[in-house]
Amino acid sequence: MISELNTYEATKFEEVTVWFKAAETSKFPKNGGACVKYKDKQIAVFNFTRKGEWYACQNLCPHKMEMVLARGMVGVEGEHPKVACPLHKNTFSLKTGEHLNGNLNAIATYPIKIEENFVYIGFSE
Amino acid sequence: MKSILVIGNGMVGYKFCEKFVAHEDSKDFKLIVFGEEPRVAYDRVHLSEFFENGDAEQLTLAPKAWYEEHDIELYTSQRVVDIDRDAKTVTTLSGNLFPYDYLVLATGSAPFVPPIKGVDKKGVFVYRTIEDLEETMSYAAGIKGSKAAVLGGGLLGLEAAKAVKDMGLEPHVVEFAPRLMPRQLDDEGSKALESKMNELGIQVHLNKATQQILGNGSIQGMEFSEGDLLNVDMLIISAGIRPRDELAKTCDLETGVRGGIVVDNTMRTSDPNIFAIGEVALYKDMIYGLVAPGYEMAQVAVDQIVGGETFMAEHIDMSTKLKLIGVDVASFGNPFTTEEEAHAIVFENKLQGLYKRINVSKDGKKLLGGILVGDAADYNMLLQLQQNEMPLPDNPEDLILGARGGEGAAMGNVMDLPDEAVVCSCESVTKGGICCAVTEGGHESIKSVAKATKATTGCGGCKPMVADLVTESLKALGKTVKVRICEHFDYSRQELYDIVKLRNIQDYDELLDTVGHGDGCEVCKPAVAAIFASVYNETANRQETIQDSNDRYLANIQRNGTYSVVPRVAGGEITPQQLMALGRIGMKYDLYTKITGGQRIDMFGAQLHELPLIWEELIKEGFESGHAYGKALRTVKSCVGSTWCRYGMDESVSFAIEIENRYKGIRSPHKMKGGVSGCIRECAEARCKDFGFIAVEGGWNVYVCGNGGANPKHAELLAEKVDKETAVKYVDRFLMFYIKTAPSLTRTAAWLEKLEGGITYLKNVVINDALGIVEELDMEMQHYADTYKCEWKEAVETPEIRARYTHFVNSEEEDSNIEYVPMRGQKMPKAWT
Repeated sequence: MISELNTYEATKFEEVTVWFKAAETSKFPKNGGACVKYKDKQIAVFNFTRKGEWYACQNLCPHKMEMVLARGMVGVEGEHPKVACPLHKNTFSLKTGEHLNGNLNAIATYPIKIEENFVYIGFSE
Repeated sequence: MKSILVIGNGMVGYKFCEKFVAHEDSKDFKLIVFGEEPRVAYDRVHLSEFFENGDAEQLTLAPKAWYEEHDIELYTSQRVVDIDRDAKTVTTLSGNLFPYDYLVLATGSAPFVPPIKGVDKKGVFVYRTIEDLEETMSYAAGIKGSKAAVLGGGLLGLEAAKAVKDMGLEPHVVEFAPRLMPRQLDDEGSKALESKMNELGIQVHLNKATQQILGNGSIQGMEFSEGDLLNVDMLIISAGIRPRDELAKTCDLETGVRGGIVVDNTMRTSDPNIFAIGEVALYKDMIYGLVAPGYEMAQVAVDQIVGGETFMAEHIDMSTKLKLIGVDVASFGNPFTTEEEAHAIVFENKLQGLYKRINVSKDGKKLLGGILVGDAADYNMLLQLQQNEMPLPDNPEDLILGARGGEGAAMGNVMDLPDEAVVCSCESVTKGGICCAVTEGGHESIKSVAKATKATTGCGGCKPMVADLVTESLKALGKTVKVRICEHFDYSRQELYDIVKLRNIQDYDELLDTVGHGDGCEVCKPAVAAIFASVYNETANRQETIQDSNDRYLANIQRNGTYSVVPRVAGGEITPQQLMALGRIGMKYDLYTKITGGQRIDMFGAQLHELPLIWEELIKEGFESGHAYGKALRTVKSCVGSTWCRYGMDESVSFAIEIENRYKGIRSPHKMKGGVSGCIRECAEARCKDFGFIAVEGGWNVYVCGNGGANPKHAELLAEKVDKETAVKYVDRFLMFYIKTAPSLTRTAAWLEKLEGGITYLKNVVINDALGIVEELDMEMQHYADTYKCEWKEAVETPEIRARYTHFVNSEEEDSNIEYVPMRGQKMPKAWT
């Protein structure tokens, strides 16, 4: 299962080659997350309704290699958006992927855009 | 630019890097570090935690990126094999040559393996590195259930024994000396510790000289000098350390007779350009196997090389406190004074496995040292009294017995300590340093003080004292110590409860907009969710994204991301029909089933999308949510009572069912458990619960504020021989009062401990109505009981809520990441890799 970690690579906005049309915005809970399937990947998408912002990252928590981050609670530290893993409350930055309360590897984050009430996630392959 | 080479990337080697980076003149030097292990430096002191969570990452002191960020060249898996002192170069195993201006040897130590016949057999391990542990664990996995021994009853040996136990083996500790932890404990202290070990299922064999390891290829047993045998299938050797001084020997640095590189108080070896620090350094004819002196050596070496006049202390303190496998053990100063030197005051309670000894100078004025087994809560304060030679109270025995009859604590206030008292010995932070960080540095929380001073970041043993110092310093500044739940709300839970109620706030966002800042986080959201649940008795379905994960999906998330399902079985009473229904549903969804500690049935391995399907069937069979996922009433455990039992005084089952149904669904600051016993034999263990009733001649005794778990506590008597109606009324009020006033995530026992006036005050509130609020409490509790609804029924019947139970929003597929392995005819999640 470890090898799965390598399938998730942080993607920058300017590197995007594919914008995947994931689902309608209404499918995502307010101030919460849900999981999107793209090919073999599981991508967690978070709807920060209060801030009017959206974020996407791998659904895989690098701590115990479980597909759970989309079910985590979102929040902010200062202005920094983050998600807390539902298994052990490891928190990750949704901007940089950095592990905020420990030394785990950073998670991969993906660009996201909203067009005509649809959520699009950017990939670089 | 001059270059410094550090050989060794262990805890002390890393500390050298950290102190180097912090030094203002470090930019004039280039730092290159060699580590022999594949990993970067990790926290060996907490190695045993690796057994508990299998997570090597968490032990890492700083990630590789940290070294890069500070321009430190780090080579892991690189063993240095030779030093050329004339050319000032070192050679690595792969043949690379590196020149140095200064060389720092932080090579540490290796486990000492005594030359016992057969010690090379399979199944014999040492306890030092993560790799050692991994090998041990994989071997242990193949011999589950059999016996394993640890050779050596010192600190590390006892930790290893606990690890052996956690690996599913029967642990035996074999010690050559007549007592455990011979360097820290006296005979009586060892006996107290031994009885604690036995309680934990660890058997201790003292006075045993191992003659040979038996077995054909793999270890099968140990033979001792008296000819007696111990059959074991695995052995961990923890018989002390030997300094890794082999490099010093290749280049003729002065070493000690029993090993170790000789250093002076500047950490210089016999070559002024070569330094030695940590467990390889022989200072004042001693090797110091503790982290604190190693860290101090690192600081001295950095200052001596980079600039500064720091010297190693003349006398090195070897005091230690351990949270050893759940047993407190501490030893400080001189624990073994003779009768000529000092008076020893000893307190012993064999029933509780307590042993405390303090050594007081003949004139009764100074504390020289001591030993604490079973309860080391006072260690920090005693250590300070000893190290600072502070005056003792008139009756020094109060120090270990607590003041009797008098006012105030015998220890005195933390603020009475002199400013130079070292509070955090790992990082050498003084009381003055901590208070100054608060009063002048503007740091107002422990977290912030820890960041500024590094206090508490080593072994963490000083945390309680640092917390007290921060609180007291804030008070001295005239600041009230604000208990706030997180950065988003400057209020305590009780204050937020009142705000929600009085201002009639309807949801989380409104509360944030009214009295909070920012957008919330994983700390305040669930805390506020619980307040809404308590104030309005709303279910977790309404504001699902502020609920803790378990509440959000109304199920307990398990280690592979699946959930467990626990229907309510009030009082533990269940019909054969209901059992069959659970059996049928469990089989249909292929769930692992187990009886819980609260007399109900837990079914594991349900995927998110299966939860509503399972609950739909359960509800059809007449079951309802058991709230096992919530900070709510879990179960009311009962014994069978007078309906069947020949000793029963009253109907405990009927009462338990009635009371469980009364309080079910109520959200509270923490989980709540109850118990009802039909007689004083107490088979329902009601006194280990948040509330308990025990039938006695003439009525019910009511107990409150007990719990099992990590800090077991017996419940206290609230009322005696009252009728059932009165008993329920008192518990109604007690619970309501707790729900309204306790901080988040605080069980009733911890809440009562902090409640000024304790149980007497509580009695005054709920029985004598000292606050004039019982009418209100009664009404609020009755409102809960009248408005209960099963939140699973609500979820199953409401399409919008039901739609939340899907793994993907854009696909019907299941999570393909979940894998199982068979176990005793059922299944379990495949182990983490």
